Amino acid sequence: MIQEQSLFAPGHRACAGCSMPTVVRLVLDATGPNVIVVSPTGCLEVTSTPFPESAWKVPWLHSLFENAAAVASGVETILKRQCKDTKTLVIGGDGSTFDIGMGSNSGMFERGHDIMYVCYDNEAYMNTGVQRSGSTPFCVHTTTTPAGEQSLGNPKPKKDMPAIAVAHHVPYVATASVAFPVDLRRKVKRAAELRGTSYLQINAPCITGWTFETGSTIEISRLAVETGLYPLFEFVDGKLADVKKIRPRPVTDYLKAQGRYRHLFKAPGGKEAIVAIQSIADENIAKYGLAQE
Amino acid sequence: MRKVVEGSYAIAQAVKCCDPDIISAYPITPQTHIVENLSQMVADGELKSEFITVDSEFSALSALVGSSAMGARSYSSTTSQGLALMYEVLYNVSGLRMPIVMTVANRAMGAPLNIWNDQQDAIGARDCGWIQLYAENVQEAMDLTPQAYKLAEDPDILTPVMVCMDGFILTHVYEPVELLDHDKVKQFLPPFKPKITLDPAHPVTIGAFADPSTFTEYRYLQQEGQNKALGKIDTIAKEFKEIFGRYYGGLIDTYRMEGADAAIVTLGSVVGTIKDALDEMWAEGKKVGLVKVRSYRPFPVKALRDALKDVSSIAVIEKDISIGNEAGLTTDLKAAFYNTGMKTPIIGFTAGLGGRDITLKDIKKAGDKALAAAKGPEAEFEFLTLRKEIL
Repeated sequence: MIQEQSLFAPGHRACAGCSMPTVVRLVLDATGPNVIVVSPTGCLEVTSTPFPESAWKVPWLHSLFENAAAVASGVETILKRQCKDTKTLVIGGDGSTFDIGMGSNSGMFERGHDIMYVCYDNEAYMNTGVQRSGSTPFCVHTTTTPAGEQSLGNPKPKKDMPAIAVAHHVPYVATASVAFPVDLRRKVKRAAELRGTSYLQINAPCITGWTFETGSTIEISRLAVETGLYPLFEFVDGKLADVKKIRPRPVTDYLKAQGRYRHLFKAPGGKEAIVAIQSIADENIAKYGLAQE
Repeated sequence: MRKVVEGSYAIAQAVKCCDPDIISAYPITPQTHIVENLSQMVADGELKSEFITVDSEFSALSALVGSSAMGARSYSSTTSQGLALMYEVLYNVSGLRMPIVMTVANRAMGAPLNIWNDQQDAIGARDCGWIQLYAENVQEAMDLTPQAYKLAEDPDILTPVMVCMDGFILTHVYEPVELLDHDKVKQFLPPFKPKITLDPAHPVTIGAFADPSTFTEYRYLQQEGQNKALGKIDTIAKEFKEIFGRYYGGLIDTYRMEGADAAIVTLGSVVGTIKDALDEMWAEGKKVGLVKVRSYRPFPVKALRDALKDVSSIAVIEKDISIGNEAGLTTDLKAAFYNTGMKTPIIGFTAGLGGRDITLKDIKKAGDKALAAAKGPEAEFEFLTLRKEIL
């Protein structure tokens, strides 16, 4: 599936078992070399560009944590001025996308730049040591929402970032998973062909933050999708256009495979929390019509 | 062409003559008229620039990081809270050696909220790696704009420049100015030719992180760029003079320093009032001269030492304060003298905060204190126009 000659070179410093480099390779395989990538501060930036090394075989720019969308807006404006057909990409994590870069993202969405925004979503601030982000799901143990005597982990459900993009009239909004590379590739190609803003949010398990066996990265992401907790969909011009159908599996299959949910199987109230998580999955299944007939 | 125009229009017209590829700005008083004029010029097709209306000052300058990396001549303007919101990006722009030019319409920093002029905003950003040039009047602020681009884009310098002009006092005043001629500016300012840009045909990585083994050298090179600017500012001012006939001094300018016993050192638009006050003082036999700092960063240590070597005492008047110490220019000036063995007393005054007028009377008071300070200053640092009755 992954091309041998990637535009994202090996030798980067991501953890063994990290999904992020796979996401980046799949994205760049689909776009080809005629792109300019802007990345905010985060795991991707620190693992791919320790001066004087770089894993990027396409032009790449990093400025700050919360301004990738604005920086990309400047890049795209000049590309348009120069009448070039090069695509501008942002590839950043959920911390910059959901939280600190939200104002900048909103501006980019609303101005309608020809930018493909790719969020590799590992559901917490992994680069700084697994602190909670707006993307962290309900009851996840992070270092700032730790499980404890008085806590079952993150008290709030995940922010619905795709809906926020749709509300900005972003013409193409899709979710994808590193476990479904054909689907991911198709969505990237679609976003690349579009002349306008697109938002792609890609489920990207983090081995240290989610705590699972090194070899099971893809399986974990598959479970996120197949339980209904990470629905894969496409919104085209504000309307739900397609979903990845699943035969729903119980959320416990997903939860028990990860250390970040371990406390739910021991602590008082854990059972009820698992029921609540199951109902989040059930709501997704109903809302997006995920269940295979 | 001599015309009576608003200061902000004059700046917009100067920016237009520099042919920026992109303007990115967020509205904030008293900068708004500059960007409104530029927007209108773009709307009317007389300025062929891109204009991005962004969601904040933070995004305004961030967008220019992208455009500058594409090799585009990039412009913004802001003030006060807006400049503070840009703080993180300011370091980024200078660290990435992006020759962006930004007009700063100097204004007070809240709290309390205050939209009027002082220079706390820019002085507070003095360590961000940007060159800071201060204008005395609208004409100088205009003329500094193409000079700023020429300086910033010099391959030896590659450092962003703030052209600082006092908010309202200069941005909103109507006064006769010689508008810049587009063809002459083209003759003065060559097109921007960046060495490295983002281009899929020649992929480069811009903005890699530096660990302790290389970070110091990045900073050293920035410092070297600023040091080279010390030599170039006057050269560029003289090149400008050859084409336009106007010259305001290089790093500093002086007034009535010949035979002066004491000197006032300052920046910005108060220079004009000080000149009038000094004329009156000389008529009274009080020999006080003036040194106007045009370049605050890089700080013209040698030029200041030379200009001030013969006076017996110095007063600094400035519109900022480093709360908990004294004010910025005062500290910098004292530091400039320390290793020379010069023992000239220096007294610092903060004045004109939050838009309070600095009057002839105030300046003469400072001048008198400067003359008296020859025997030793009565205070290191004072608020020049304090209303004790409301404390």
